[in-house]
Amino acid sequence: MTPDLLQAALYAALLVVIAVPLGLYMARVFSGEATFLAPLERALLAPAGIRGEEGQHWTRYALSLIAFNAAGFLVLFLLLRFQNLLPLNPQGFDGVPAHLAFNTAISFVTNTNWQSYGGETTLSHLSQMVGLTTQNFVSAASGMAVAAAVARGFAGRQVRTIGNFWSDLVRSVLYVLLPLSVLLAIAFVATGMPQTLAASVDATTVEGGRQTLALGPVASQIAIKQLGTNGGGFFNVNSAHPFENPTAISNLLSLLAILALPVAFCFTYGRMVGDRRQGVALFAAMGVMLVLAFVVLYAAERIGNPLHAGLVAPGSGNMEGKDVRFGIIGSALWAVATTAASNGSVNAMHDSLTPLGGLVAMLQMQLGEIVFGGVGVGLTGMLLFVILTVFLAGLMVGRTPEYLGKKIEAREVKLAALTLMVMPIGALALAAIAIVAGAAQGSIQDAGPHGLSELLYAYSSATGNNGSAFAGFNANVPFHNTMLGLAMMLGRFGYIVPILAIAGSLAAKKTAPASAGTFPTHGPVFVVLLVVTILIVGALTFLPVLALGPIAEQVSILAAKTF
Amino acid sequence: MLTLLRPALVLTALFTVLTGLAYPLAITGLAQGLMPRQANGSLITRGDRVVGSELIGQAFAGPRYIHARPSAATSAADPADATKTVDAPYNAAASSGSNLGPSSKALLEAMQARADALGVAQAPADLVTASASGLDPHISPAAALMQAARVATARGVAPARVEALVQRHVEGRSFGVIGEPRVNVLALNLALDAELP
Repeated sequence: MTPDLLQAALYAALLVVIAVPLGLYMARVFSGEATFLAPLERALLAPAGIRGEEGQHWTRYALSLIAFNAAGFLVLFLLLRFQNLLPLNPQGFDGVPAHLAFNTAISFVTNTNWQSYGGETTLSHLSQMVGLTTQNFVSAASGMAVAAAVARGFAGRQVRTIGNFWSDLVRSVLYVLLPLSVLLAIAFVATGMPQTLAASVDATTVEGGRQTLALGPVASQIAIKQLGTNGGGFFNVNSAHPFENPTAISNLLSLLAILALPVAFCFTYGRMVGDRRQGVALFAAMGVMLVLAFVVLYAAERIGNPLHAGLVAPGSGNMEGKDVRFGIIGSALWAVATTAASNGSVNAMHDSLTPLGGLVAMLQMQLGEIVFGGVGVGLTGMLLFVILTVFLAGLMVGRTPEYLGKKIEAREVKLAALTLMVMPIGALALAAIAIVAGAAQGSIQDAGPHGLSELLYAYSSATGNNGSAFAGFNANVPFHNTMLGLAMMLGRFGYIVPILAIAGSLAAKKTAPASAGTFPTHGPVFVVLLVVTILIVGALTFLPVLALGPIAEQVSILAAKTF
Repeated sequence: MLTLLRPALVLTALFTVLTGLAYPLAITGLAQGLMPRQANGSLITRGDRVVGSELIGQAFAGPRYIHARPSAATSAADPADATKTVDAPYNAAASSGSNLGPSSKALLEAMQARADALGVAQAPADLVTASASGLDPHISPAAALMQAARVATARGVAPARVEALVQRHVEGRSFGVIGEPRVNVLALNLALDAELP
């Protein structure tokens, strides 16, 4: 256990050491202070007819984002449908069926990167490189742009505009995602990750069998997959595949990349609103929840499955669906980080996690992906809860709630409350429809409560824009591909549009100086209140269904009942 | 609306060129130039025959070899009939875990059968559970040592020699902290063939 906790502590320390300067750097990027790539910026913006300095009203900002994502969807959909007619298809794969192309295109445009397909058996190199890698960059950049705009809006003083989407998009890619990806991809190759245009190599094994080793331009895709909280893998088993995560070092680098930008955004926000303590408070609230999640998930996996206690050496933990080079700790850290960050890549099979481990993974998504969350959108999702929390605090003391010196009024609270409906609709209502329509029963692999968990995990992951799966669930059928596609859209734009509206409305407000009656939003009291608000909302919404899934399963394995 | 269409389409096209083509191709060029062995899959060759990749596990069934973990990457298209699948453990063209849940009866039965085949009560967990990738190249040191006696008998050498070879192939944690102690099965078996034929 000591080596395990040492690794966890090392990870946490490295993460903070990387995230703080990165966050402050991003604040400089988004406030236009970093200009060393200005010529390249102009080269991208000029043909698009954009002058970056031109501020946009929040409605225009949101429409630009939607237009850009719609264009990305269309291009990717067509690329997948017709990959058989296009070059760089060494395995000669067919065009992707319409429902799967729809699901995959939405999945990558919304930064979910849910994989209904097995990468090495479905997609050409062109689809992976030109299609998926491009969206890995720009869907992450879209989320980063939202965070920048929201920070500007919250900090703005009686202004109509919240920045320019196109400029934020270009800056996110040029100043942050692309340079970090190049460095990480090279480091990944050094750990043994392939980077080649060849499709596969045939080997004759020691015992004389044949083994086809699937290869490809892996490292370049995996670097941005982790940095951009994308998570869509090159291979079917994602980062459990030895070519996608060859060593314990590549595992640590990946873990750092998964959370680096989401954590950094807390500090970006603090600097952009001119009060670093605000960012630190958000970091503390998210950090507390992340540590809680880690403790439960790690303990559950370390203790292991009581049903298997007689078959495995004592103290082995739950090794089903885990690779030896990562062990319990490398897999547990990953499961926590990837579901906190809406990344969704996996290095262990979540379907085979213990019931309580699986519950933690699921709950982190169901809370709305705000425990650091996706790049940019995790921060803005958390700000929605901040607004609800200052509203509740205001109710308790009988004052008009304020945040950053701005009055929080009916419009903002209504918009924030509206977003509380996103997860229940996507994860509960759509999953319930799947059961009633009879589509769930054919897709689940396991009987008993675990079957419900498989379905619930799929719809929670899609709505949370996470993308990880209980992979025994067969989502690659027209019904689920369509419904999960809708859930992903809801989970993306159902948060982005309201938070941009709130940012627009706060930007237009006067800032009042703090008075003796102002409730401070940076101290430990506020952090506790925020965490409690999030956990109560999440628990009230999801406890009943979790009781039927993972909790029922935990009780049954304790009673030695199998299904 | 039309004023949004131009930047949306133009930037989609430009980003496709920059991040979808230039970026992966530049990385490919760099990787092939600087680290060709890693970039091409860390292949192991004997003469001009590729025997596998040091990173990818392969199936071992004979008594002369240390066996790898159970693999769920077990199906492949039947070469004789494309509509059927055949057993193909460690199929490196279709990675997969078992995805069986903790309360699964099938999982419990599979683990029981593996434990029975090993003939040991409470075996190292990695030998009775399927890996995440189905291609796990490693087993735990305990799992390798447990098989030393069988391999020694099959090769007609003293068990101590096999055990010593296993010990030499135990990889520790990187920097003493990161990762888990492990043994690369393919590397160990190649060493067995080379040193204790």
